[in-house]
Amino acid sequence: MVGLQHYLILSAALFAIGMYGVFVKRNAIAILLCVELMLNAVNIALAGFSRYVTPAALTGQIFVIFIMIVAAAEAAIGLAIIIAIYRNRGSIDPDKINLLKW
Amino acid sequence: MDFTLLTPELTLLVTAIAVILLDLFISRKGFLTVVSLLGLAIATVFTFGLRDDLSQAAFSKMLAVDNFAFFFKLLFIGIAAMVIIASTDYVSKFKNFRGEYHALILIATLGMMLMAATTELITVYVSLEVASISLYALSGFLKDGKSSESAVKYMILGAVSSAVLLYGMALVFGVTGKTQIGEIAASIQLSGYSNLLDNPALIMGIVLLVAGFGFKIAAIPFQMWVPDVYEGAPTPVVGFLSVGSKAAGFAIIVRLFFTAFEFPESLSLDWGAIYAVLAIAGMIIGNASAIAQSNIKRLLGYSSIAQAGYLLVGLATLGIAPANEVIGRSSILFFLISYALANLGAFVAIIAISNKIESDEIKDYAGIGKRAPVLALCLTVCLISLIGMLPTAGFMAKFYIFNGAVQNGLLWLVIIAVLNSVISAFYYLRVVKAMWFNEPASLEKVPSSGALRFSLLITTLGVLFMGIVPNLLLTFAEWAARILRF
Repeated sequence: MVGLQHYLILSAALFAIGMYGVFVKRNAIAILLCVELMLNAVNIALAGFSRYVTPAALTGQIFVIFIMIVAAAEAAIGLAIIIAIYRNRGSIDPDKINLLKW
Repeated sequence: MDFTLLTPELTLLVTAIAVILLDLFISRKGFLTVVSLLGLAIATVFTFGLRDDLSQAAFSKMLAVDNFAFFFKLLFIGIAAMVIIASTDYVSKFKNFRGEYHALILIATLGMMLMAATTELITVYVSLEVASISLYALSGFLKDGKSSESAVKYMILGAVSSAVLLYGMALVFGVTGKTQIGEIAASIQLSGYSNLLDNPALIMGIVLLVAGFGFKIAAIPFQMWVPDVYEGAPTPVVGFLSVGSKAAGFAIIVRLFFTAFEFPESLSLDWGAIYAVLAIAGMIIGNASAIAQSNIKRLLGYSSIAQAGYLLVGLATLGIAPANEVIGRSSILFFLISYALANLGAFVAIIAISNKIESDEIKDYAGIGKRAPVLALCLTVCLISLIGMLPTAGFMAKFYIFNGAVQNGLLWLVIIAVLNSVISAFYYLRVVKAMWFNEPASLEKVPSSGALRFSLLITTLGVLFMGIVPNLLLTFAEWAARILRF
């Protein structure tokens, strides 16, 4: 029997994988993908809570839809910025994005 | 659905679209500045028009139209107006994208205004992203190496922090089953936890919320983006995000934590303690790193981390003080006005000076006092206010925050904060010394346009006015701090 805790464990695992990817990936687009993974982990948690904690209300599912929309906007602006930096540097490796440091 | 309650925000949205469209048709681009300012003026009129309708919740309690939101709407409109006036010359660097620049500033302002007014987690998230996404685009607006780099860092760290924030919201939603913050509070009280540790999911949710919002207000350890964005992004945008995004972050934190997590007592003591620790870390790391900086924008970046530390002392007071005591909230609001004036003034002066000398290095500021006495004087006043010395706004603001903290038994925190203020004097005064006492490289005058001088004059006079006659704005802050629980 699949219960709430299964959803939450899956969600926590995905979130942790995404967070790990953000820190170790050597490509800005892969980092963006990992951020998407983190956001979708949240979506799974919200959908799970919505099903098991408030089965009568739709709040959690509406929240998920909003997150998807905003994530799309964020990905659009993120890719645009990455293109801008590629035009400047010819690379999107975060280790080479290092003009600014103290 | 009463849309009159949204008129200030709708005005800004319409103005933003109008500015983009006008940009296509008119050749005199200076007109765009006028239209944007006009939109802000109309939004101000509408904000005042809503004064009779204050203290109510709209749209199924998703939006509060109250004193607190009124205060922040005026603050954000003022900040946006100052930034738009101050960037009248700077926008020539953006070539064909002036319309988009103004529109993005207006949309970011709109997002911040909504952040101060929302009382529901979904709208909190959406309005926060409206403000953030516009700011990501704005910080990459110069499209050169440094500006794009600051944008990519800001965007990636911002996206991670909003994912963290969302996870916190999801946990809070999971524990309480609600997203409206008043209902969250009711649900937490009903569940009757005597101790926060009774529910690890709730404490995890609160910690993640603190982390997610910590990014917006540049609190340690979520401050990695601050120095890079401050150095790389266009200077007017830095001025805007340094004060706007911070004020919006504090607005939402105060409302959310004060309404949703104030009871039971043990809960607010817990997050008060979290903020006290973040305050100490912010002040010490911010000030210590600022000492080593040679670039003035980067220095102000670290200084803003330290200033966030002082503001967090106010949040710690808010958590520890009894709920009916207004001083924790009103001192935060008062500090935010003083910080907005002083920091904006400093950035306007930096725009004017770097227009001429084309450098942000402190060593190139040598002798500016001889080359542009008025600019240097205004920058000096603003920096003195950031230190918190008499007779400026910064002194009064720190005095009220520290006073509130001492009254609530946080004397040890205030001692650390005062020691940090003394340390901070060192690096601010280093700039002042370079301007007035070092020999200039050339004696050529530094010109400044009328618009820059106007905004500089307003902010500097505001700083002095708040320092000498604080009562007026303090009363306003106290009036605004009476948050209603919707």
